Amino acid sequence: MTTAATTVVTAEVRRASKALRPVRDALAIAGRNLIAYRRVPQLLVFSTIQPVIFVLLFRYVFGGAVRSLPGVPYVDYLMPGIFVQTTVFGAIGTAVGLATDLKSGLLERFRSLPMARSAVLVGRTVADLARNVFVAALMAAVGFAVGFRVHTSATAFLVGMLLVLWFGYVLSWVFATVGLAVGDPETAQAAAFPVMAPLVFASSAFVPVSSMPGWLQPFAEHQPVSVTASAVRALVLGGDVLGVSTTSYVLQSLAWGVGILLVFAPIAVWRYRRAV
Amino acid sequence: MTEAAIVVEGLTKRFGPVVALDGIEFQVPTRTVFGLLGPNGAGKTTAIRILTTILRPDGGRAEILGFDVVRDADEVRYRIGLAGQYAAVDPNLTGRENLRLVGRLAQLLRADAHARADELLERFDLTDAADRPVRTYSGGMRRRLDVAAALVQRPLVVFLDEPTTGLDLPSRNALWAMIRELVAEGTTVLLTTQYLEEADRLADRIAVVDGGRVIANDTPAALKAQLGSTVIELGMADAARAARAEDLLARTLAVHPERDGATLRLTSDDGARVLIDVLRFLDDQDLTPATLAVREPSLDDVFLALTGHRAQDAAAAAQAGAPPSGSAA
Repeated sequence: MTTAATTVVTAEVRRASKALRPVRDALAIAGRNLIAYRRVPQLLVFSTIQPVIFVLLFRYVFGGAVRSLPGVPYVDYLMPGIFVQTTVFGAIGTAVGLATDLKSGLLERFRSLPMARSAVLVGRTVADLARNVFVAALMAAVGFAVGFRVHTSATAFLVGMLLVLWFGYVLSWVFATVGLAVGDPETAQAAAFPVMAPLVFASSAFVPVSSMPGWLQPFAEHQPVSVTASAVRALVLGGDVLGVSTTSYVLQSLAWGVGILLVFAPIAVWRYRRAV
Repeated sequence: MTEAAIVVEGLTKRFGPVVALDGIEFQVPTRTVFGLLGPNGAGKTTAIRILTTILRPDGGRAEILGFDVVRDADEVRYRIGLAGQYAAVDPNLTGRENLRLVGRLAQLLRADAHARADELLERFDLTDAADRPVRTYSGGMRRRLDVAAALVQRPLVVFLDEPTTGLDLPSRNALWAMIRELVAEGTTVLLTTQYLEEADRLADRIAVVDGGRVIANDTPAALKAQLGSTVIELGMADAARAARAEDLLARTLAVHPERDGATLRLTSDDGARVLIDVLRFLDDQDLTPATLAVREPSLDDVFLALTGHRAQDAAAAAQAGAPPSGSAA
């Protein structure tokens, strides 16, 4: 360590304006998290390989055995489900990332700094949203490559993708809560699975709910992943073709999202303030 | 007395059944180094977490530069720097990016945060590694970056939780020099350590902590005077001979060693004199020790003198009662 002429304490330190602090801090944290994706590309590769394998698996292996909706090719049924499933799996990254920061002591440093209390969680979830944009675009490209076709319009497709991204953003608050609660990356991965599995598999994401046993159908029909998958499906295939109201599904999905966010955002922030 | 930078009054904190802090009290004058000395589980880290606004206390109060750590937490955060037990830096960012991030989050203007990062990299000898991801750094480099991060916002009060744990000798000496510079520049430093030598070399005052309470609070010189500055350990051939030697020394030389099995332990301010007298006497009595050790008092000796139990016992007791995560340490 050099004994430079630099002094550690000076009379005045200039500070940025307080008004924009929450936004500025959240962006700083989001930027920091996105750098990790650039420096450790495995993180991104891992979160894209898995959904691509799912597409190939269901399109070419299981797909033949699934009875799709009448008049709808299975690949067209499948892809909206895959889009939603991908964001659910991706949200596990939120849990693992926060648990890693907690374990490494980084969250302690952040909490000793005069930064906005919301910034670590908002920054993390916004960074994960940015990652989801990339992954969703990739999945759409893979979908089109294996024969997926939009039956309605480009606008409806884009609205569907925005709905998927919004749903993924909401879920990352759920998994942020999980990550902060367990505080260890390996445990976070393990703890996230039982939350995720029933949502993804007991849903209409891969197979129509009508093929499931009667006792499971009410849950599978109305849980958020199914509702969102159905909303996206109605948007890209046309609600009239499916015999459902597109607007109703989209509104149900949005309601689920708002409800989940209202419950889990305060819990996640509360956990963040207490976590050590 | 100078104005107090840190005031701690009756602070308590429990984690479930474990009492981490049991009414801890001390004051730290500005521009001084204060050492919290104690074994693992004594409550040092919990105290630092409360003072740096990371944890809320269950009872009592604490002020940093007149600001309450609970009520005025944000004001406190503008004035402190923390280097915790683990190097809390992002392994995927470069050293420079880490310091700039901390600067931005400390609400420095962008240009100032950048300039400050460069300045600290220079000062901590990290300029060459500044643009490498931190995961390629050695343990000592990470630690230096961590301490640098604690200084980004030019804090008036700096908290260092076991700053030299895991550092090699040159890095440790460099960090000690750094801490002295900080104080010369007007900073107040609170550090925790398990090593009496470290507290002695750096601190103006030392509080010895055990079971979440301050059991002694004094200058290093006074503590050592209370303790004797030299420890002499005589290993006798067996416990019977040790007992006989203990008895004879007490009656003839008025020296009162502590006996632990076959080992006799003496503390003295005049180690050389006592050593010569004791050895000459024991040799005459045909009680020549089998082994002999002369050393500086350790944390263990401080504990034995102040509490009657050894530091390891306290650590073991704390660990037995601690939650599985061990986060209460």
